[in-house]
Order: sequence, then structure tokens, then C-alpha cells
Amino acid sequence: MIGADLYTALPEIVLALFAMAALMVGVYGSKDKLAEPILWATAGMMVLLGLYAGSMGLEATTAFNGMYISDAFAHFSKMVILFAAAVVMVMGQSYMSAAGLLRFEYPILIALSVVGMMLMVSSGDLIAMYLGLELQSLALYVVATMNRDSLRSTEAGLKYFILGALASGLLLYGASLAYGYSGTTLFAGIISTISEDGMSLGLLMGLAFMLAGLAFKVSAVPFHMWTPDVYEGAPTPVTAFFATAPKVAAMALIARVVHEAFGAVPGDWMQIIAFLATASMFLGAIAAIGQRNIKRLMAYSSISHMGFAFVGLAAGTEQGVQAMLVYMAIYVTMNIGVFAFILTMSRDGKPVTDIDSLGQYSKAEPLRALALLILMFSLAGVPPLVGFFGKFYVLWAAVEAGMTWLAVAGVVASVIGAFYYLRIVYYMYFGEEIEPMDTVRAPVQATLLVVSAAIMVLGVINLFGIEGLAALAAEALVK
Amino acid sequence: MLNLLSIITFTPAIAAAILAIFLRGEDEAAQSNAKWVALVATLATFAASLILLVGFDPQDTGFQFVEEHEWIMGFTYKMGVDGISILFVMLTTFLMPITIGACWNVTHRVKEYMIAFLLLETLMIGVFTALDLVLFYLFFEAGLIPMFLIIGIWGGKDRIYAAFKFFLYTFLGSVLMLVAMIAMYVDAGTTDIPTLLQHQFSTEAFSLAGWQIIGGMQTLLWLAFFASFAVKMPMWPVHTWLPDAHVQAPTAGSVILAAVLLKMGGYGFLRFSLPMFPVASDIFAPLVLWLSAIAIVYTSLVALMQEDMKKLIAYSSVAHMGFVTMGIFAANQQGLDGAIFQMISHGFISGALFLAVGVIYDRMHTREIVAYGGLINRMPIYAAVFLLFTMANVGLPGTSGFVGEFLTFMGVFQVNTWVAFFAATGVILSAGYALWLFRRVVMGELIKESLKGIKDMDRREKLLIAPLVAMTLILGVYPALVTDIIGPSVSALVDGHTLALQAHEAASQLVQN
Repeated sequence: MIGADLYTALPEIVLALFAMAALMVGVYGSKDKLAEPILWATAGMMVLLGLYAGSMGLEATTAFNGMYISDAFAHFSKMVILFAAAVVMVMGQSYMSAAGLLRFEYPILIALSVVGMMLMVSSGDLIAMYLGLELQSLALYVVATMNRDSLRSTEAGLKYFILGALASGLLLYGASLAYGYSGTTLFAGIISTISEDGMSLGLLMGLAFMLAGLAFKVSAVPFHMWTPDVYEGAPTPVTAFFATAPKVAAMALIARVVHEAFGAVPGDWMQIIAFLATASMFLGAIAAIGQRNIKRLMAYSSISHMGFAFVGLAAGTEQGVQAMLVYMAIYVTMNIGVFAFILTMSRDGKPVTDIDSLGQYSKAEPLRALALLILMFSLAGVPPLVGFFGKFYVLWAAVEAGMTWLAVAGVVASVIGAFYYLRIVYYMYFGEEIEPMDTVRAPVQATLLVVSAAIMVLGVINLFGIEGLAALAAEALVK
Repeated sequence: MLNLLSIITFTPAIAAAILAIFLRGEDEAAQSNAKWVALVATLATFAASLILLVGFDPQDTGFQFVEEHEWIMGFTYKMGVDGISILFVMLTTFLMPITIGACWNVTHRVKEYMIAFLLLETLMIGVFTALDLVLFYLFFEAGLIPMFLIIGIWGGKDRIYAAFKFFLYTFLGSVLMLVAMIAMYVDAGTTDIPTLLQHQFSTEAFSLAGWQIIGGMQTLLWLAFFASFAVKMPMWPVHTWLPDAHVQAPTAGSVILAAVLLKMGGYGFLRFSLPMFPVASDIFAPLVLWLSAIAIVYTSLVALMQEDMKKLIAYSSVAHMGFVTMGIFAANQQGLDGAIFQMISHGFISGALFLAVGVIYDRMHTREIVAYGGLINRMPIYAAVFLLFTMANVGLPGTSGFVGEFLTFMGVFQVNTWVAFFAATGVILSAGYALWLFRRVVMGELIKESLKGIKDMDRREKLLIAPLVAMTLILGVYPALVTDIIGPSVSALVDGHTLALQAHEAASQLVQN
């Protein structure tokens, strides 16, 4: 039934059609003057679709012969992706306009990459997975070079593209191995082959290559090299986008692949993921110490955070997936707040990104400094802030699954990581008095910064119920 | 009143929120408003805690004033006090108004300073009243944030190094405890402390990476908790953050750090290590006793050589905390009574000593011992107060310092005579450094030009130190005030500990036969 199939995939189709329509309007309309309305319309569209995804709740259906899965897990991930993308786009708008980068293609490319992400989390098949991933990536390569006249930005885009293409190649190679040794591209088919005939060496190779390709997308160590350069080079709103929605999508896709296609042999991938987790947590924590540029610092911070999300997945259990989802939702919220702040950093009208320029920021802007302080402690995982609960969840999942060593490694890494988060607090509160940054009004960014800090504090009451939603999502994925 | 504990715990936090939201400006009026709001809030908290003390029944060894609400992930928001924790709550609420009074002369970012202290009070009380593991951890760790800021923003010259060291050191200790807590949650299926106190954690030996772990899971859990509490106490050899933190912290920060924050480690041993992991505690007791003895002797010797008054008192704090750990791990009635008594009394004495240093620091802006001498000539009242607390610090009979040391010695003597012997030499050394400090700062002729104009304590300073003088003397003369309250709970704890060890002994006998 093609009608039913199309209906199941409605959110993706609507957003894709919307993007195409917006493209037409942009091309035949007054081009970049329309960028702002298109951006707002895209954001509005994403919020609506996010609400729609949320309203689908526990419904679980498949479409296109199992290539497309619509279940609680997909809905949860889509909700996070769509809201994050909408918020990040809106908060970057004024920065992009000021820098003369707000072309009408920008919101459209973001929308297309979000379509790719939604397809990724809903994929039930190797082909669908690859389609989603490439749609997402190609759109992002272009967005990374949005600032065409900047050498840094083009370098970032090129680097991202070349390494991304390599990762896609690895992924595709792994997928072809998996197909070759199981005779099917469907995740459901692969898992039934494994349970009947056992795990063949070819399938194991396929799994390893696919994980390598996907690990690139979440910038897990040792596939992380592109992250700091791309984060630094891309315009800040684009960096903010990189740090949020695509990470959620890729992480959810990894969970989907390992559980739906290889759920019968958790031992085979748990080791790989546990290694990615440990390496990412430590490298992210240690390498960030030397960073002077806040965007590079956030790049390493995100590497470290991906390591923690992997700790949840490495547990290979339902709690693990739940923990990962909770962690990602919290991570996205914190990052939106921090990047909202980075967007306001400027001196003499030019954006600045060195952390030294935060010197005694708390005197100039007490409220924003306080909000950033809360976010930093939350990123470090200090209770009672919500970031702590994210860590608690993944550690709990790891200990529950008998991987106490991974939990111990995680907490040690979190102490190392605490150092550089504290250093930002140090600059703002105890640092040397320096030439202050501009006092920009930036109402949108300031509001988002304060709101995300408030969420970190108030979330201690009940985490805004996200725990229950994530539990349902995890239940849908892990059978 | 059903919510009394929540009221006590969160009154300061609410006051902090009021300050943060409604108070604007940095002028003198705003500053004085901030101070008054903080003072009133802490006094109100103290008054509320007096109701708690009056309503407390010492004969009941269970938890009282319990309140419980659902929370996330099957944790509960559960608060309650028993004979062991109530006095720590009282100590905190009693000292907070004094601490606020001690920062009356601060002019730099007063509003934020008050907010930091008020939040810190909430978190400290929360540590002593929480009856859920995760809730406890929340309060325990969160206290690092305000203290980090207090040292970092209002501290001395090397405040940044001290603040980072303080934070990272204690954070590393605590996260290992977090993993242990998760393991306990997985094992027992609950984070409820009263239930966990009844739960028996496995003591079956197993091998880990080629090592035979005697005492099994209990040993590992005990070690993880030990990592946290030993740093917090602090015990030798992980005490090095304390002198740095004390020296750099502002006076009020030092007072609260020495008087209350250090007690969290001791409280943790009493609440978790000893009752929850009795077998492991028994295995490690000799180690802790010897570490304590070393701490007492070594840090006393180090204290002798200090040139900075605050550093000297900080090292003496480490030595006095050695008596506490020694008493706790003697695991008998006298030892535990003594340990708790010592913690309470040290709260008053060290708080008072840091206040006393603050008094002259405010006048001369130096903590170097050599910068002083002969203060008795111009500051007779100060000299008398300083003498009293020097004596109390030494453990002179008649002051509260004596009772705690005496009881812990009695406890340890029954368990390990050699440790008691070595620790006793520490008492002599403590007399040495304390009296020498007094001699160099207060006695002698006033020959230094800079000191010729120094003034004696003013009314505010007298008012602040008077309650501490009173408590030190009252507890020294009539220690039953404390021991009557803690006695029944401690004896229940000791009985439980002995029973658990006997059961373990019987079980291992059975296996051998």
C-alpha cells in the first residue's frame, strides 16, 4: 500500500517538499532578501513536525517493506533533532545576517540535512540508512563553507568533505559486506540470518566498517580529527548546528544498527563501542586542556561527551539505550546554551573566540556569566545540575551491565574534563581584567542561554519527564 | 511539623534566591541589605533547627522527622535525622550566622558572597539530613561549587591555584564514590539509606586482575567511599589541598571549611563506611588507625614549622581530624562518641581560631607570624580569647577539646595500644605548636612599629566569638549535652557493627568446617 507507506513517512516528505518549495520561492523570488522569512518558516515547520513526531507516541509501523521504521525510538530522536535544529537556526540568524552570510540557501540546506537525519533514525535497511546519511552529510558539507570568502571556512568544508567521503566509503564497504554475507539489506533480515547461522567473519567485518563510518559522524576517537578544525572554521551558527542535531541523529542511528541488525550478538559490538567510548572520553578531556579557542574547546568537549553517550550504548541493554537518549537530549540542551553565548561574543563588532576575552565577564554581564557558569558546571557533570544526571544514567547502565571498569574510566575522564570547564569559570569570575567585550543586546541568544541554564537547575526536580519518554523509546528499540 | 527538615534545609536557599532576584545595585545600602538578609535567614534557620533539637527524642535510635517524596529513576527525596546527624545540623546552623557576621567588612561583590554562603548552608545541611544515596551525593558534591567560587573570587593571592586544587582533588575523590553508589544501587535495588543500612553487601572473596579481593564487594565499595571521605576529612596523605585552600580562602570561608565541610568526611564514615560495610571496615581498621596516628604526629610536626598562621591552624585541623578517624575506626562506644564529640568541638574551636586570625588579619593584612608579637599589650581581650582557644586546641581539661581527645584515646586504647601511644605523642606536639604560636603572636614586648596603633576587638568581633567561647567551655565542663544525644544512636551502631562481624565470623567458620 503505497498510500499508507507515504503516510507513515509523512514528516520527512512534508519537510522535503517544504524545502523544495522554499527553494523555488527563493530562486524565483528576491533571493537573499527572502532568507529571513524562509528561515523563520523552516524553523516553524520543524517545530510543528517535532510536535507531530511527539504526538505519534508509541505507534510502531514500518513502511516500504521494512525500509522505514516509525517507532517510539524514531519519534523521540526526531523530536530532539527537530527542536534542536529549529532553535539553533533561529539563534544563529542575527549572527548570519550581521556577517552577511544569511543566504536563502542556508535554511533550505539545513532543512534538507534534517530530512536526512530523520531518515537516518527511521531507517530499517542499509540502503535507507545510507541515503539518509548522505543527504545529511552533503547538505552539511555545503553549510560548513557558507562563508565562501573565508579561507578557514572553505578549508573546514573541504576537510569535512574529504574525510566525510572517506567515512562514507568505509560505511558503504561495511554495508556491502553485511549484505553479501547475509543476503539482505534489511536490518530485520540481518538479525534473523545471524540468529539462524551465527555471526560470520564477513558480517563481523561489515559491522566493524559500518561502526567506523558512523563513528566518524559522531566524531568519536579515533575518527575525530576533523572536528576541531571544522568547528573552528565554520561560522559559529553552523558549528552550533554541527554540535547538536547531527550528533543525535548519528548516535541514534548507531543504536538502531547495533540493536536492530546486530542485537543478537551484542558481545561483538560492545567491545568496539566500549573502546570508542573510553578513547573519546579521555582524548576529549585531555586535548581540550590546551585549547585557547572556545569553539575548538567545545569541539573536544563534544568528543568527550560522545564518549559518555557511547558508555550507555556499550552496555548493550535497554537501560543503556535509554541512558544514551537522555544523555543526548541533555547534551543538546547544554550545547545550545553554550553556543548561544558564543554567538554573543564580540569585540569592536567582530566575533571573538579566545577564552581570554572572557576576563572578568561576570562584572559586565552578571546574569549571562552566571548562566554560563551553570552550564559549565553542568557540562562537567557536577550535581545538582542536569548534566550530572546524564552522566549518572550512562554510568548506571554500564555498571548494571557489569562494565564497572568503563564507569570508573568515565568518572576519571570527567574529573580531567572538569578542569577546562572550570577554567572558563575562572576567566569569567577570577580572571584578569582585560578590555571588555562589546555589550551586545542579543535578546534571542541571551534568552536561550538563560533558559538552558534554568533547565539545568530546575531539571533536578524531575528532568522534565524526559526519562520516561526515553524509557519508552528504548523499549521500542531493544526487544 | 512534617516538613521541618526541608524548611531548615531550604530557608537559606530561598533567601539566596530572593537576594539574587530582588536585590539590585552595588552601593552601600544594597550591600548592607544583602548582609542583613543573609543574617536574618541564617538566624531563622538556627531558630528552626532549635525546634528540631527540642522535638528530637535521643532514645529513639531510628530516623526522626522523616519526610519522603517520589523523585526520578526510583530515587526518593527522603530526609531525616538520627542521633548521629542531628548535631551536625545544629553545628552548621549555629555557625552560619557567625560566618555571615565574619564577612561584615567585605565590600567586594557582597551580594554574590552572601548568595554563595547561603547556598552552601543549604547544601551542608542537606548532606547531614539526606536519607537517599543520590540525594546525599547531590548535596555532597554541589557544595564544591560555592566553595570553589568563595575561594576563587574572594580569596588571597594564590587563590586560583587553591580553588582548582580544592575542586579537582575533592571531585576526583567523590566520583569514585559515585561509581560505588551506583554499584550499591544495582546490588540492593534501592538508594534508600535506611534500607541500605539493613542490606548486607557480599563479602565473598573474588579475584580481580590476578588479585584476591578479601572481603569481596564490600572491600571495593569501602575503598571507593574511603577515597571520597579521606580526601574530604582530610586524612594523611591526601590532605595537601587543605592548607592551600585554608590559606587562600577568606576568613569566613576558612571558618566554614574547617568547622563544617571537613565534618562531612567523618559523617560519611559514620553513615556509610562503618555500618554498611562492617566486614571491610574491620579489615581496613588497622590501616586507618595507623594512617590517623601518622597524620596526628606528622601534621603536628609540620604545623610546628609553619610561618603562616592560617597554614598552622590548617595543619592542626588535619591532626585533629586524625583523632576523629582514629575514634571512628576503633568502632566502640567511646571511640565513636569521642569522634563525634571531637568533630563538634573542633567545629567551634577551629572556627574560633580562624576568626581570631581574621581579626588581626583585618587590621594588619598579613598572616605571617613574624609580623606580630606582643599583642597582649594593646589587645588584652583578644589575648584572652586567643589563649582560651589555644588551650582548647591543645586539649586542656575544662575545654571541649579535651573530652573528644580523651574519649577517642579511650576507644583506641582498647583496640590498638600502639596507635594510642603514638597518637598521644601528637598531643604533646600540638601543645608545642599551639603554645609557640601564642607566644610568638601574643606574648612578649610590643616592639614592632606597625603594631603600635592596633586596636582590640570591637563589639562585632566580641559578639561573634562569644557564642564559641561559651560552647567550648560548656561542652568542656558538661559533655553530657552531646553524649546524651548521640549515645543511643552510637550504641545501636556499635551493636550492629559487632553483630555483623560476629555473623561474618560464624559464616566463615562454617565454610572452613
